Amino acid sequence: MLIYALKRLGLAVLVAVVVSALAFLLLRASGDVAIALAGEGARSEDIDNIRRIYGLDRPLVVQYLDWAAKMIRGDFGTSLFFKTDVHALVLDKMPTTALLALFSLIFALAVSLPLGILAALYPNSWIDRLCLALAVIGQALPSFFFALILMIVFAVMLRWLPVSGSDSWAHFVLPTVVLGYYIAPAIMRLVRAGMIEVLASDYVRTARAKGLSSRSVVLKHALRNALVPVVALSAVQLGFLLGGSVVIETVFALDGLGYLAFQSITHKDLPVTQAIVTLLSLIYVGLTLAADLANAWLDPRIRVGGGS
Amino acid sequence: MTDVAAIPVLDLTTASSGKLLRRRIMAHRGLLIGTGLLAFIVLVALLAPLIAPHDPYAQDLSRRMIPPIWYEKGNWVHPFGTDNLGRDYLSRVLYGAQISLLIGAAVMVISGLIGTALGLAAGFFGGRVDMVVTFFITVRLALPLILVALAVVATVGGSLWVVILVLGLLKWDRFAVVMRAATQQVRVLDYVAAAEAAGASTLRVIVGEVLPNVLPQLVVVATVEAASAILLEAALSFLGLGVQPPLPSWGLMIAEAKTYMFFSFWLIAIPGTALAVLVFAVNMVGDGIRDVSAPAGRG
Repeated sequence: MLIYALKRLGLAVLVAVVVSALAFLLLRASGDVAIALAGEGARSEDIDNIRRIYGLDRPLVVQYLDWAAKMIRGDFGTSLFFKTDVHALVLDKMPTTALLALFSLIFALAVSLPLGILAALYPNSWIDRLCLALAVIGQALPSFFFALILMIVFAVMLRWLPVSGSDSWAHFVLPTVVLGYYIAPAIMRLVRAGMIEVLASDYVRTARAKGLSSRSVVLKHALRNALVPVVALSAVQLGFLLGGSVVIETVFALDGLGYLAFQSITHKDLPVTQAIVTLLSLIYVGLTLAADLANAWLDPRIRVGGGS
Repeated sequence: MTDVAAIPVLDLTTASSGKLLRRRIMAHRGLLIGTGLLAFIVLVALLAPLIAPHDPYAQDLSRRMIPPIWYEKGNWVHPFGTDNLGRDYLSRVLYGAQISLLIGAAVMVISGLIGTALGLAAGFFGGRVDMVVTFFITVRLALPLILVALAVVATVGGSLWVVILVLGLLKWDRFAVVMRAATQQVRVLDYVAAAEAAGASTLRVIVGEVLPNVLPQLVVVATVEAASAILLEAALSFLGLGVQPPLPSWGLMIAEAKTYMFFSFWLIAIPGTALAVLVFAVNMVGDGIRDVSAPAGRG
C-alpha cells in the first residue's frame, strides 16, 4: 500500500507541475499581456516600459519559475480589473463554489443511487425505463438552457425562488439542481451496471443461499461492492463540477469562483484567470489522487495488481 | 475504463455476420430513430439556402418579435416568428443547423485524429510510449476544459474556426483512453501476431489489423464527442465567447433572446429544443452502434 501510495503521489506532483506550467504558458502565449495591461491607445514605449516593470521581457522559463514560486507562497499577484489581491479575491469566492459543487454532488447521489439500485433490481421495468429517459434527456439538454427553463418556471412563474444572485440559501437551489442533474446520469449508469454485475456474482448467491433477507443482501453485500467505482467517479465529477460551474454560476450570477473566472476572462484579467485555472487543476489532481488511494484501500486488487 | 475493456471486439468482415448485423440494426429502434432524426437535420442544414423562407441576416425593425404560428398573433410569413431585430427565426434556426453540425463534425475529426493516434500508439507499443501517453491524458484531464477554452477564445478572438480548433485540440482525451484500452485487447490476439510474423511493417499492422478491429469503439466515442462538442460550442457562444454575431449559432440565439425570455419564451425554446433534438439524435446513433456492435448488450 505504501509503495503504491508513494508512486501515485509522485505522479500527482509531476502532473501538478506540468499542468501549472501549461496553464501559465497557454494563457501567456494566447495574448500579449503588456498590451492588455497598457490598455487601448498605448504608445509602443509605454508597452515596452510595462514589459520591463512586470518582468515580461525575461525568458518564459524564468517567468514561470518566478510565478510558480510566488503561487506556492500564496502570492497570486494583483487583479488588473478588480485592483485587489488575487489570493484574497479567490479565497473570498471559493466557499460559494465549493458549497455549490458539494450540494450538486449530494443532490446527484441522492437521485442516482436509489434510482440506479431500483433500475438494477428490476431491469426493463418502468422504473428502469424512467431512469433511462432521465439520463437521455439529461445528456441532450444544454445545461444553460435547462437553467433558463427552471428560472422561468420556479423564479418567474411560481415565484418560489430568486432569479439570480447569491445572497441566501434559496439562491443555491436552482444551480444545485442543474449541476446535479448534469452529472447524475453517469453515476446512475455506473450504479446500475455495478449492481447488476454484483447481484449475479457468487458471493451474493451464497448470501442468498444462507437465507439472508433480500434487503440485507442488496444493501449490505451488493451495494458495498457496487459502490467502489462510484467513489472514484464521484471524486472526478466533483472536479468536473468545479470547472463546469463557470456556465451555471454565470447564468445565475452566483458569486463564486466560476463567475469570477468568467468575469476575469471577459476583462482580460490574466492573473485572476491563471490563478483559477491553476487552482482548479490542482484541486482535480488532488481529488483523483484521493480517489485512487481510497479505491486502493477499498479494493486490494488495485494496489497489488498495479493495473494500468 | 474497465467497462470499455469489457466490450467484446466484433469481427464485422465476414458475410454471414454482415447479414446478422443488418438484421440487428433494423431491429434497434433507438438507432433507427436517431439515424432518421440526424439524417433529417443534415438534410435541412444542407438545403437551408433553398428552403429558408427569408435571409437569416436580414433585419426589419418594423417586424420585431412576431410570435410563431402556434401563438394567436403568429402568421405564416414567419412560421417561427422573428427575433428582437426582426430577423426570421425559422431561417436562422435552419442555418444554425449548419453551424452545429460543422462544429460537431470538425471537432470530432481533429480530436479523433489526435486521440486515436495517441491511443493506438500507447496500446500497441506499451511500455514507455504507454507511460508518456497516459501522462498526457492525465494532464489534459486535469485542465478545466470550459475555462481553458473560454480563456483562449477570449484572447485569440472568437470565431467559428477558433472554436473548432480550440475544442479539437482539447477534446482528444476520451478518444485516447478508449482507443488505448481497445488496442491493448486486440494487440494480443493471434492474427496480429501472425501479421507481425509474416513481416508486415508496424504501421501496416496497426492500420491493417488493429484499426479495423477497434473501429466499433472508435465510432461510438466519435458520436459521444460530436454531441459534447455541439453542446460546448453552444455554451461558449451563449457566454459570448464562441461563435460571434450575426452568425445564427443556436447557443448565441439563446444568449441574444435571454433578455426577452420572460415575455417571449419561444425565442429561447426554439433554438434550445433544436440543440436538444440534435444532441439526442447523435447520442441515439452512438448508443445504437454500441448495442449493435456488442451483442452481449449492456447487461
